[in-house]
Amino acid sequence: MIYEVFRQERKGQAFAHAGSVEAPNEEFAEAYAREQYGRRGESTALWVVPREAVHEIDDFADELQKNYHRVDGYPLKEKLGRARERAGTA
Amino acid sequence: MSAQELLELADDELILGWRNSEWTGIAPLLEEDVAFSSIAQNEIGHARAWYELAARELGTTADELAFDRQPDEYRCSRLVELRLVPDWAATIARHHLYETADAERIAALKQSDDPEIAGLAAKIDREEAYHRMHAQMWFERLQDEPRFTAALDELRPLLNVRDEHTPELAELWQEMTIVRRSVAGATW
Repeated sequence: MIYEVFRQERKGQAFAHAGSVEAPNEEFAEAYAREQYGRRGESTALWVVPREAVHEIDDFADELQKNYHRVDGYPLKEKLGRARERAGTA
Repeated sequence: MSAQELLELADDELILGWRNSEWTGIAPLLEEDVAFSSIAQNEIGHARAWYELAARELGTTADELAFDRQPDEYRCSRLVELRLVPDWAATIARHHLYETADAERIAALKQSDDPEIAGLAAKIDREEAYHRMHAQMWFERLQDEPRFTAALDELRPLLNVRDEHTPELAELWQEMTIVRRSVAGATW
């Protein structure tokens, strides 16, 4: 069984994916995760999750290129350029 | 607690730590390699702490106690001396026997009148808790394996033998002290 391990570096921070461990059951997975990702004081907490419990989503439909939905829809650089032109500081 | 008793404890941890570290790089599973190597490192760390206490009583140093005695002066149990690589079942059998016996010893030391010994035992016990968990989960996994139960029966009587050592201890001692003996009078 593969278990995915997430670790929290400091209290209050978001957990980030650290890696995975192979183990025959949950108990072994926790012991192995502790040794690999926690024993040097590099983590304040770990989440140990069976890989099957993680659902991946990687399809994001955007058929009509509605770029106003995206953060890159309004390039600030161009806007700034135009504003500077108007102000005569370009 | 006498210096001799401290030496029994320290010698057990040093020799077992050394033997367990013989699995580094060749344990049955990569994750187990990391875990078992970490346990071995912890044991050697515990040995150092106990040697330091004994050294103060005996007016010497931890390194001298660990490496400058003759093999027949060590006070370790016969159980920890054996070279068990590549027999993983026997290694886990020893690990479980040792951790079970060590748990009792550490529990008693935590009640010591000497605050330094009680404090160190409490600190070490917090690390040993993970060793015991590790030994227990392997025990549960292997307990119905005939090779494992045979190893338990074979190794159990060695636990309390400290006056006679195996030839394997002398071999290990050669390996363990070769660097230190290579330069006479050097301090490392």
